[in-house]
Amino acid sequence: MTDLILTPNLDNADGFYADLVAAHDGLNRHDSDALNARLLLILANHIGDTAVLSDALKAAALKET
Amino acid sequence: MNKIFEVPLYPYERSPDQDSATSVRHKVIVVGAGPVGLAVAIDLAQQGVETVVLDDNDKVSFGSRAICFSQRSLEIADRLGAGHKLVEKGVLWDAGKVYFDNRQVYEFHLQPDKGYGNPAFINLQQYYMEKALVERVRELQADGAPIEIRGQNKVEAIGTHDDHVTLEVETPEGPYNVEADWLIACDGAYSPTRRMLGLDFDGRVFEDNFLIADVVMQADYPTERWFWFDPPFNRGQSALLHKQPDNVWRIDLQLGKDIDPEQERKPENVTPRLRAMLGDDVDFELEWVSIYTFQCRRMDRFRHGRVLFAGDSAHQVSPFGARGANSGLQDADNLCWKLKLVIDGKAPELFLDSYSRERVEAADENIRMSTLSTEFITPKSDMSRLLRDAVLDLSEHFEFARPLVNSGRLSTPCAYSGSPLSSADALNGPEVTRPGAACPDAPLGDEFLLPKLAGQFTLLTIDADAPDSLEEGGVTATRLALSVKDDLTLELKRRYLGDAPSAAYLIRPDQHVAARRDTFEENAFRQAIRRATGKE
Repeated sequence: MTDLILTPNLDNADGFYADLVAAHDGLNRHDSDALNARLLLILANHIGDTAVLSDALKAAALKET
Repeated sequence: MNKIFEVPLYPYERSPDQDSATSVRHKVIVVGAGPVGLAVAIDLAQQGVETVVLDDNDKVSFGSRAICFSQRSLEIADRLGAGHKLVEKGVLWDAGKVYFDNRQVYEFHLQPDKGYGNPAFINLQQYYMEKALVERVRELQADGAPIEIRGQNKVEAIGTHDDHVTLEVETPEGPYNVEADWLIACDGAYSPTRRMLGLDFDGRVFEDNFLIADVVMQADYPTERWFWFDPPFNRGQSALLHKQPDNVWRIDLQLGKDIDPEQERKPENVTPRLRAMLGDDVDFELEWVSIYTFQCRRMDRFRHGRVLFAGDSAHQVSPFGARGANSGLQDADNLCWKLKLVIDGKAPELFLDSYSRERVEAADENIRMSTLSTEFITPKSDMSRLLRDAVLDLSEHFEFARPLVNSGRLSTPCAYSGSPLSSADALNGPEVTRPGAACPDAPLGDEFLLPKLAGQFTLLTIDADAPDSLEEGGVTATRLALSVKDDLTLELKRRYLGDAPSAAYLIRPDQHVAARRDTFEENAFRQAIRRATGKE
């Protein structure tokens, strides 16, 4: 089992961030929220591991675990 | 022709108890002749325990109500001698379609693996279930079994004592008093028994209203469960279409909050809603309409001295997942063999607390599962709806999202985890047959396993030596000796051995696993019998 990675891990951080923002270009708020939700679910499925996802939920809440 | 729910099946007849100078004492009185009460009475009578069922009505339940009966319920009904009638009459289905907005997002198939004596589910009106059970009661009576149903016998007052219960019963010919060593309350979600005893029934109330309609129509839709999220004909809400016998279709439409149930129930308001769903060219007739909201709640414990609660009287869930009547039948299944042992003095009275312990666990599981379904079907916040819709959109394109779609997780039997009746798992075997689990069926040539495990403790061995029977404290486990060679499909091996070369199982009368090891070891199995009967 892998631990949740909270150190830099993106191959191309600037490139990914630009793609993420660009994916929302021209979308209204609802469609943007829906895109984020779909992306979240796709990534969560890719990770799969319950413990990692649980740690990610805690990390996203910005509360000390 | 009269509908079967219009014909008195157990009309009032005067009982000798009403002319007795002193209260007559019965072994067991069951309150309520619904599916659960009848199942309890049949189970006890089959074991020779004298049982009287009191019901304030004299007919099977009006309207359809429960319609989905699970494989486990059919297995239980088999043991009660009524299973074949249900399967013959019921509609078999094992597929479903999920729609979102105006499109089908995917379809699914239940239990693709074969090798079970009963189908995964059947659809059958509750009144047919009750009718089959009443017919079974009549068969037992013809064979001289100690079982009786008294129609139009309404319990008006209950007195509880250490070793019995007293009842005041109202009839068309006036009241009478009667007593029982044990009282089983199967009198539904609004249980008068529970109310008369002043017992709690806490939980969560959901605000969404649902229109439930059984319509008779000639339609050639396939025998599948169709579920719509946010369809054009019921915008922002959900809908369900399901087939029952006799061309009766169950339609369930979510109506949302803040509606007027009296108005919505009227045929002139119901018909246009159904017309919008079914189209203009389908002729249909309303058989039964109801508007409901639902609750998820349970009693704190299901045993109160000599009074035991089973079915909706003890716990109530949302309808998503068919966990109401199915869990009630499992209550009956769990209770009756335990009560028989206590009545025979082979287990202490406190043993019955294990009924509450195990079935509370099951009720909590059912409440948890049906609450999750409810949240998916009726999202409580904007973000919950957004995530729900994202799952549905993804499910159309990607297989991974389909398990997240939750239009009801269909009832499966609870595997009692950490039950005081279970022994520690001593087999490196499959998860599905761990101690506490309900035995899955398996083929044995032209026959099946579960009918061979009916109603008594069984010592099931697979390629393991053991004596023909093992008696401990008056309880006998009878051996059923099998080999993996008995099932060429290898399901027996897959479900009961896994990678283990051999196994010995102690199986309870309700077909749940009490203990298992790789080989028979006498002391371990003696201890397992003691544990499973509340003596360890």
